[in-house]
Formats: sequence, C-alpha cells, structure tokens
Amino acid sequence: MSVILVFLVVVAGFAGWWLSHQRLTARPWLEQGMAGDFVGFDRSALPTAKIGLGVFLAVVGCLFSLFASAYFMRMGLSDWQPLPLPRLLWLNTGVLVLSSVALQCAVVAARRGQMDMVRLGLATAGLTALAFLVGQLMAWRQLTEDGYLLASNPANSFFYLITGMHGLHILGGLVGLGRTSIGAWNGARPERQRLSVELCAMYWHFLLFVWLAIFALLAGWAATFIDICQRLLT
Amino acid sequence: MVDVTPADAVPPAEVAEVELYHPHSWWTKYVFSQDAKVIAVQYSATATAIGLVALVLSWLMRLQLGFPGTFDFITPEAYYQFITMHGMIMVIYLLTALFLGGFGNYLIPLMVGARDMVFPYVNMLSYWVYLAAVLVLVSSFFAPGGPTGAGWTLYPPQAIMTGTPGGQDWGIILMLTSLILFIIGFTMGGLNYVVTVLQGRTRGMTLMRLPLTVWGIFTATVMALLAFPALFVACVMMLLDRALGTSFFMPAIVEMGQQLQHNGGSPILFQHLFWFFGHPEVYIVALPAFGIVSDLISTHARKNIFGYRMMVWAIIAIGALSFVVWAHHMYVSGMHPYFGFFFATTTLIIAIPTAIKVYNWVLTLWRGDIHLTIPMLFALAFIVTFVNGGLTGLFLGNVVVDVPLSDTMFVVAHFHMVMGVAPILVIFGAIYHWYPKVTGRMLDETLGRFHFWVTFLGAYLIFFPMHYLGLMGIPRRYAELTDMTIMTESAHHLNSFISIMAFIVGFAQMVFLFNLIWSIRHGREAGGNPWRATTLEWQTPQTPPAHGNFGKELPIVYRWAYDYSVPGAKEDFIPQNVPGNFGLSKEPA
Repeated sequence: MSVILVFLVVVAGFAGWWLSHQRLTARPWLEQGMAGDFVGFDRSALPTAKIGLGVFLAVVGCLFSLFASAYFMRMGLSDWQPLPLPRLLWLNTGVLVLSSVALQCAVVAARRGQMDMVRLGLATAGLTALAFLVGQLMAWRQLTEDGYLLASNPANSFFYLITGMHGLHILGGLVGLGRTSIGAWNGARPERQRLSVELCAMYWHFLLFVWLAIFALLAGWAATFIDICQRLLT
Repeated sequence: MVDVTPADAVPPAEVAEVELYHPHSWWTKYVFSQDAKVIAVQYSATATAIGLVALVLSWLMRLQLGFPGTFDFITPEAYYQFITMHGMIMVIYLLTALFLGGFGNYLIPLMVGARDMVFPYVNMLSYWVYLAAVLVLVSSFFAPGGPTGAGWTLYPPQAIMTGTPGGQDWGIILMLTSLILFIIGFTMGGLNYVVTVLQGRTRGMTLMRLPLTVWGIFTATVMALLAFPALFVACVMMLLDRALGTSFFMPAIVEMGQQLQHNGGSPILFQHLFWFFGHPEVYIVALPAFGIVSDLISTHARKNIFGYRMMVWAIIAIGALSFVVWAHHMYVSGMHPYFGFFFATTTLIIAIPTAIKVYNWVLTLWRGDIHLTIPMLFALAFIVTFVNGGLTGLFLGNVVVDVPLSDTMFVVAHFHMVMGVAPILVIFGAIYHWYPKVTGRMLDETLGRFHFWVTFLGAYLIFFPMHYLGLMGIPRRYAELTDMTIMTESAHHLNSFISIMAFIVGFAQMVFLFNLIWSIRHGREAGGNPWRATTLEWQTPQTPPAHGNFGKELPIVYRWAYDYSVPGAKEDFIPQNVPGNFGLSKEPA
C-alpha cells in the first residue's frame, strides 16, 4: 500500500498548503460585520470548472495509485511471471505524446484567438488519441496471439486490467473532446471555448503522465527504481 | 428582527452570478431535476426506501437469532444473505447516500449561500447512477440463487465460491456491479459537494464562518472521494476473478474435490484494499453526523458552539488520521507485530480529536438555555450512544483485546453503537430540524417524542446487552446458536429479549414514516425560521426555498454561524447575513 500512501501524502500536502492560506487560526466569533475585510478568502480566482477537474484528477490519480499498490503487493508472490511488453507500446506512447502536444497547441491558439488552429489542434488530438486506443487494442491482440491470456498469469491480468482502465479514461476524455470540438465548429463564445480547450488539455496531460507511470510500472522499471531506493536506504 | 446598523453594512463586491438552469416542464422540474434541493429529496427517498428493506432484513435475522429453529424459511443460506444485504445497504446505500447525497445536496448550497451546486447537470446524473446502483442491488434479490451471502466485507475466496450463496450465481456479480455504479455516481456528486464549498460560497462566507455541518460534510466527501476508489479497485478485480477466471485474490484452492483454475492470488490483498476504503467509511458516516450534531446542539441550547476552531481542526485531523488505521480490522488476519503496534497506536490517537469534539459538545450544553426539542433530544442521545460505542472502540483497537473479541457479538455491539445507531440518531434529529425548511411544516410533536424515546431506549436495549453476549464468547455470523455449551439459558433469553426490542424499535420507525408523510399536508405551519437559527438556510425569502434559493440578491455574510444569546442584541440569535456589531463592539448595537 506504499504507492497510495505516497499519493495521499502528496494530496495532503496540497490540502495543507491550501488550508494554511485559509486563516484557520481566525477567531470568527470576534470578527463581526467585516465582510469587506476578507478579500481573497472567499473563493479562488481559478475557474470553477478547472478546480472541479483538478479534484476529479485527484480521484483518478488515487485510483491508479491503488492499482499500482495492488500490483506491487501481488508481484511479491511466487507465481508472478512478467510478460514481455510488445514493442508497439513505444509507438503508442509516442502517439499519445503527440496527442498531448496537439492539445497544448490548441490551447495556445485559443489564447490567441486563432480558431482555425484550435480546430486543427482538436482534430489532431482526437485522431491521435483514437490511434492510441487502436494501438492499445492491437497490443492486446498481439499478446493474446502469443499466448499471454488474461487469466494465465497475474502479470498478464494486471497488464490488461490497468491498460484497459487507462483506455476507458481516454475514451471518456474523447467524449469531452468531442463536445469541445462541436463547440469549436459551431462557434461557441471565445472565453468559454478557451476554457473547455484548456480543460481537455489538462485532462490529456494528466492521462499522459498516468500512462508513462503505468508504462514504467508494467515494464518493471518502477520496481527496479524502488529496489534501488530501498538499497540506498538500507 | 434584530437591529441593523447601516454604518456597518459593507458594500458588497460583485458576486459572479451563476447561470442557473431553469426547468420548463414538470419532468425537468421534479424528475430529471438539476436543482440540488430536488435531488436531495430524491436521494433521501431512495435511501430511505432501500433502508426499509435493510430494516426488514434485520428483523428476519433477529427472528432467527431470538427464536432459533422456529422459522423454517430462514435457512443458513438465507441468514447469510440477510446479514450481507443488511450490512451493505445500511452502510453504503443508506448512511453514505443519505448524509452526503441527501443532506449534502440540500444543505451545502443553502448554507454557503449559493444558488445551486456548481455542476448541476453532473449532480443530476449522480442521483440517477445511484438509483441504478440501488436497482441492480434490488434485482439481486430476484436473481437465480438470490443475493450474495458473503458478508458485507465480501472476503474472497469464499465470496465467489460455491458454498456461499450467490457465489457462483448472479448474487456476487450484481453486488459488485452495484457497488461500482454507486462509486461512479458518488464521485459525480462528491465533486459537486467539494467544489461548491470551495467555489460557491457567497461573499463574506470565509471557511472559518462555515457552519460545522458544512465542514463535516465537506471533509467526509473529500475522504470518500479518496477512499471509494479502493473499493472500486477491489470490486473490479474481484469481478474479473469471478467472471473471467483471473487470480488477483483467489489462491490455489480445492473445492468439492476439484482443483479450481485459480492460482496464487492473495485474499489479504483484498482485505487491504477493502479496509483502506472501509475504515475511512466509518468517518465518512461519522463526520457529517459530528457536524450536524454541533449545529443542532448550538441552536437548541441557544449558545455558541464551544471551541469552534478546535471543532474544525478536529474534523480535519480525524479525516487525515482515518487513512492510516485501516489494518486494525485485520488483526485476526495475521500481521507483523510491529504493524499491529503501529495500527493500534494510530487507532488510539484518533480518540484524541474525537474526545475533543465530545467535550466541546458537552461544554456547549454547559449553562446553555437548553430547549428539549426533538432535534435536541436526538443530539443528546447521539452523544451518549457515541461515547458508549467509542469507548468499546478503544477496547477493540488494541490487538490483544481485539483478537479474542473479534468474532463475537461484542464487535457487532460496538459498530452498531458507534456507526449504526449514533449516526442514525443524528439523521433523525436532522430530519426533525430541517423538515420545516424542506416542506414548510413541522413534524408532529407527540409522534416525534414517541419515536424518539422508543428509538433511543430501544436501540440501547438492543445493543447494550450484546456487549455481554460478546464477552461470554457468543460468536457473530452464526446462523444457528442452539447446541453450544456457551449458549446458556440466560444468553437465549437475552437473545429473545433483543429480538423483541428490535421489533418494537422497528415499529417506531413506521410511526416516524407515517409522521413524515402525514405532516407534509397536516403539519403545523412552520414559518421561515421556526428554530430561530442563524445559518443562511433559514434566511431564505421563501419556505420551502424556491429555485435559486435566495431570490434576487445573494446574501452577504457578516458573522459566524453561532451568534446565539449575544449580550446587547435584542434577540437571542443574529443571523449570519445581518450586519452590525453586537456585544463586543465599540459602537452601540
């Protein structure tokens, strides 16, 4: 359970930092009738939707940390046989990076008000994300053809489970991206447009980060890394 | 009304108006509604309905335990199904849904001075996914083989094996699916509760001016958002084990002389995941109760809450600590002694912030102008029950005490006291308190007092004797307790007594339900602020609050939520949105 605890420490750090800016040591019973004196303590200047997405990403992060925790615990048991990762995953990683970059370009374009570039960025991001999903399915097929079935070894089970869960999140993201694209083509209000492109980009970058972590986990680098850390500590 | 000194009225800065969705038809107004108040009622009604099923299941269990061998239709399999569904429904589909989905939806926007939740559409989806989860759960009663009988903890490997009811039928699959749906639905709602508290607060409503109810619900929601994923992971993995033959949790196992295809999985892994959710869950239910009870006590004792800051800090501390105690549910699963030591220590440390809260409630009552209204009675009953359940928690937190008591009725008594009866008493108190705001009418006083006394005394008479049964060594989870040497004559009598009390308490709940329905039309008119309370939900222009909650202008908050009996003020309460200095000010009030 170490991964999830580390994750929670990070979340607690954020929460603590935020709380430390909220005058938790105030004496509210002595502070009557001074509504004007609390500028900055009412709400954050960030758009509400961004904060909402941030909270949601914390939940998603929690979910994948728990999968990683379970992975490490199960890995320690004797019947674990790591499976060879298909080369295709490298290509998929590249495609997903491309997708993130395209969305980042869309964000920059949206800030400058270049709608053509926004549309181009959104379309590229959508297509590359779809390509990533297709690539993941092909990797699955390649593995099953090579005899690495879901139930034949826990390492395989975890591989399919975690990549599948990540794929579902990308799929959900594509729904959001689709809605943003519809807005981009139908000419939604520019500030609204910019916000929703930014939200998509935020989600995309986070899922890219999650994917890189998953890749490191499944390839065994994460375990090696932890091993090295442990040796350094002892 | 109290005096308003215009000199103190600070001109408000602009509060950004949200774009409210305005319903156009009956369907979008009352069924597919995006109004948090309607969603709250929907959540509460659904949770109550499924809770009634769990209540009936508890009766069936008590029939079997109190009068063993009398009722043929309660087979051991059926008994396990009752026990499982009772536990699961009460903890998740009733308590969690009612506190966060019900009270959270109704009270957060009103108490922080918002027009609605920040993402009303997602909020609506949250309810419908929750309803789907409940329907899937109910459908398992009608599935071949019936619902799962694996115990509410669903421990593998037994949960998905032939000997357990529903293990190789539909029961466990429907149970896991329902939980997964519930978690998805809850996450949608939870995002709303958290972000509304962060971003929806009206001008002047700083965090330290929030009523403790909002603090409790807010912290509980944050915890739930971080804890439910653990249950989600456990459910998905067990579903794969059951449906596709993976071996996440299933060790190599021989069943009825046949080697199963599973190999090498770890049941302990499931327990870690489950309790990583399961322990915070206790506080997910308790923290809203703590918050609500603080407000009830302060309002009905006409006195400010004692140690508001400490109360807030204690809520945060309990929330944080509850994530590092989960393995105290697993002492009997075996663990390294140092781990046992660690988890026993963290468990006992939680007693400190909890005790601070209890002392503060008592000190709030001290020399207060106590009105023994029904909400106050329930709040007092909560303190008594919670202290009782908390103290036995100190027993069970220690490894050496827990190991012999773990499988006895003592544990049943403990957790029913601390997270069954205590939060339910708060829910009742809260319903009596806020019903006038929701419906515009008071609940009937006589029926309410009857309901209170029978429920409080009855619940005590049910669960207090169970401690003694547990200390005698009477095991829990047994469908039939007749032919055992430890089952003395007196233990049998006690069991029958407990069962009879359970029926009486259950009957009192029917009276309560009648009161709820009857008072909608026939209750006494309540007016806008029958309890003369300070918080914003009582200051709405209409009662029940209309769409958008606060009419044309959002309220501006000038003070904390607990200005009761302020010296120098005309009335014994000053609502949060009333400007002016009272008591301690330089200017006269």
